[in-house]
Amino acid sequence: MFVRLAALAALALPLLMPQPARAQAKELLLFNWSNYTSPALLKRFEAETGIKVTLDTYDTNEGMLAKLQAGGAGYDIVVPTGPTLKGMIRDGLVQKIDTTSLPNGKNIRAPFDNPDFDPGRAYSAPYMWGTTGIAYDPAPLNGGKLTDSWKEILEPRPEYAGKLAMLADMGEVYYAAAFYLGFDGCTDKAEEGQKILDLLTKQKPQVKLYSASGTIDRMASGETLMHHMWNGSYHRAQVKKPGLLYIYPREGVNLWGDNFAVAKGAPHLESAKAFINFMLDPKNAAEASNYTGYNNAVTGSDQYLNDSLRNDPAVNMPADMVSRLRPTRECSRASLDLREKIWTRLQR
Amino acid sequence: MTAVWRRAALLAPSLGWIAAFLVLPLCLMAYVSTLARGPMGGVDWNHHTADAYVQFLFERDLMDRLVVNTDYLRIFGRSFALAGGTTVLTLLIGFPTAIWMAFQPPSRRLLLVFIITVPFWTNILVRNYAWILLLRTGGLIDTLLRASGLSNEPFSILYTPLATGIGLTYSFLPYMVLPIYVSLEKIDRRLVEAAFDLGASRWAAFRRVILPLAMPGVMGGAILVFVPGLGAFISPELLGGAKSMMIGSLIQQQFGQSRNWPFGAALAFVLFALVLLALGAHQLRYRREAR
Amino acid sequence: MKSLWRFPFTRPAAIFTLVFLYVPIIVLVVLSFGAEDSIARWSGFSLRWYAEVWDNDTMLRTIRNSLTVAVFAMLFGTAAATMAALALARGTFRGKTIAALLLGLPLVVPEIVAGISVLLFFVLVGIRLGITSIILAHIVFVIPYAYLPIRARLDGMDPALVEAAADLYAPRWTAFYRIILPLIWPGIAAGATLAFIGSLGDVVVSYFVSGPGATTLPVYVFSMVRMGVTPVVNAVSTLLLAASIAVFSLSYLVSRSKG
Repeated sequence: MFVRLAALAALALPLLMPQPARAQAKELLLFNWSNYTSPALLKRFEAETGIKVTLDTYDTNEGMLAKLQAGGAGYDIVVPTGPTLKGMIRDGLVQKIDTTSLPNGKNIRAPFDNPDFDPGRAYSAPYMWGTTGIAYDPAPLNGGKLTDSWKEILEPRPEYAGKLAMLADMGEVYYAAAFYLGFDGCTDKAEEGQKILDLLTKQKPQVKLYSASGTIDRMASGETLMHHMWNGSYHRAQVKKPGLLYIYPREGVNLWGDNFAVAKGAPHLESAKAFINFMLDPKNAAEASNYTGYNNAVTGSDQYLNDSLRNDPAVNMPADMVSRLRPTRECSRASLDLREKIWTRLQR
Repeated sequence: MTAVWRRAALLAPSLGWIAAFLVLPLCLMAYVSTLARGPMGGVDWNHHTADAYVQFLFERDLMDRLVVNTDYLRIFGRSFALAGGTTVLTLLIGFPTAIWMAFQPPSRRLLLVFIITVPFWTNILVRNYAWILLLRTGGLIDTLLRASGLSNEPFSILYTPLATGIGLTYSFLPYMVLPIYVSLEKIDRRLVEAAFDLGASRWAAFRRVILPLAMPGVMGGAILVFVPGLGAFISPELLGGAKSMMIGSLIQQQFGQSRNWPFGAALAFVLFALVLLALGAHQLRYRREAR
Repeated sequence: MKSLWRFPFTRPAAIFTLVFLYVPIIVLVVLSFGAEDSIARWSGFSLRWYAEVWDNDTMLRTIRNSLTVAVFAMLFGTAAATMAALALARGTFRGKTIAALLLGLPLVVPEIVAGISVLLFFVLVGIRLGITSIILAHIVFVIPYAYLPIRARLDGMDPALVEAAADLYAPRWTAFYRIILPLIWPGIAAGATLAFIGSLGDVVVSYFVSGPGATTLPVYVFSMVRMGVTPVVNAVSTLLLAASIAVFSLSYLVSRSKG
């Protein structure tokens, strides 16, 4: 029986060979994080434009980059974070699309229309952006509040010791410690690195776990009382457990943003442009935000946002917090090496 | 067709496949490990260096001197210990289970093979999340322990190496049970019966009949658990809380955030050499015993 | 069944194994019927996650891809492994150790190294990335999973039987089919099962060697981590469990009715 099955399988294999893609068919190959664009929105895009979307997903910028660098992609649109995009532009992995010349290109809100990683938005369009701060449950403080400092999580009070979690992301942890100590987020100085390591080593016994997944559940269920957290995750956690608070630490907050970009050699350039244009429409951008819990960078989308999103200062950032933002930059090789060494030593 | 040719023909598909789609790619990777790293990950195909291998044991201090760095050795040591522990645990649970399975009526045995493997049709991520729910303080096991009065202490093994071990034991259990089971299943019952008839104790029957028959299965199972266990990264991150790094995460990190492909490749070859050494030592001992 | 067969501890151990294996699965299945978008809390019964699976075209496509890949990888991998086990089970010959080590090599290579190197290789020799490229890579990685149980089955088997089969002047194929295959069948079944679940669960290699539209379910699920994994994954897992049980019961009944 087995032999027969195997023979059958051998005969069927050629049927699985991919059909050669017809160039410029009404199709779009999207490479994105999963659950980052609402399926309903994608379906509406298909209905309105007649372009069929095929979505594939990745879990880190580096994973996406590795695949593109190895030459094995063939996607139309990728969604890199700022500094990753900068490198991709430099290495010629993405192509120029002059986003501002698209019909909805004028909708990009300042300062997102002129980021340092893609001046003038020649190559990309902004999608969601967010901040990395501290989320906490004020219950143990009996009506009190924490100060707006990284100190609260890096040198925690006894109420939170052992009940807090850090993101398992070497960049984010490094930024938090560097900002708190007053260093540049891209520092490459050995003595500053040593201080960062000392701080994190001292903090480690108080850390319950390092994890970037399941953050929402952990805060909503009370498994942790404090979390180094992305603001959109915080937003979704506080919907489940009202009363949770979000801190924009005064020493500096990492501001990150994801961008649509068109891969070099994309088989469906026109479809890709149509998609980017579609996502820059205020109503569509708001729908995307309502789905993800993160803010977008499109003018006029505010009026379509859910109330809970619009009224959450963690998502709809108060103007006086702008000065605390530190947009993610592309750090030097030396700085990345130092960061890696510290992260490895912290967990050795 | 001579025996040699027949043997070659039988081996050709598997070895050919592995040679074409793994050995050749690995040669490419071995080449990568001798290259300089690219500015954004990837590699610089034009510059050769032994940096990646030097980095495993040494680092540059502030004065730019090479000093010994034990970080990576510690991570390797921990991974070997954890994979070893997992192998022992799966063996302790899996061996008696396999014996029990092998002595079930034949009509039931296939069903049992199915029952042992069916949980692994589920996604590994949600399987680990289910363990988090079971193990965490205030989770199901904690609640049960306290309700039954067995313990008043909060049950807190989640985010410890023990939790990682439980997760790995869970994931690898079928890979231990099934090889042992199939090597025992062929047992000639008359052999055991005869042993008992001759007045052998259960222990003697176990030692003389069961154990020798099971040995190929135990060896096979141990390889299937220990070797992949070295590279495991999901359970250590989710159940261990990513507090102590394993080889799997370390190598993953080199191709990810650290963007150091040559070092990632070099780590893989160091691991490869160590495993080869371990297997080689085993082979030698095996041969000496056979003599 | 004589009581003589009962070795002490084996029954409790088997019961422990079953409980150990199934408690998390029960938790996982129960949560798939939860109303909340949390895989950590329970608040009422709902089928919303099943509806979501049904509505999610990408997810359905990845499930189909995963099953296709696993079936083909299992068939080819097990066939190759069976042949290898037959070749290596008897006698000693030059290169035997090397052959055995080569068969174990896929286990030693860390997934990410395998994934990237195979991807680099495919790109270099111009193999199109798609479902087929995943199958090609998976076959490599399931070979040891299939090989070791079959080899364990053959080892220590009464050599007379195998010799007899080999020496029969009946067509070799018939001898294999009538004598050897039934003898090693349990090993093949176990090996094929391990190969199947190995392929079905693979994330890293699949991620790298897949092409547009060809990613598998675990890859999709892993990329959900950033935005939060919802019980939709529990629902998919439960559906796969149900499907596997249905297929098994069906084949069981069919084989029974044939006698």
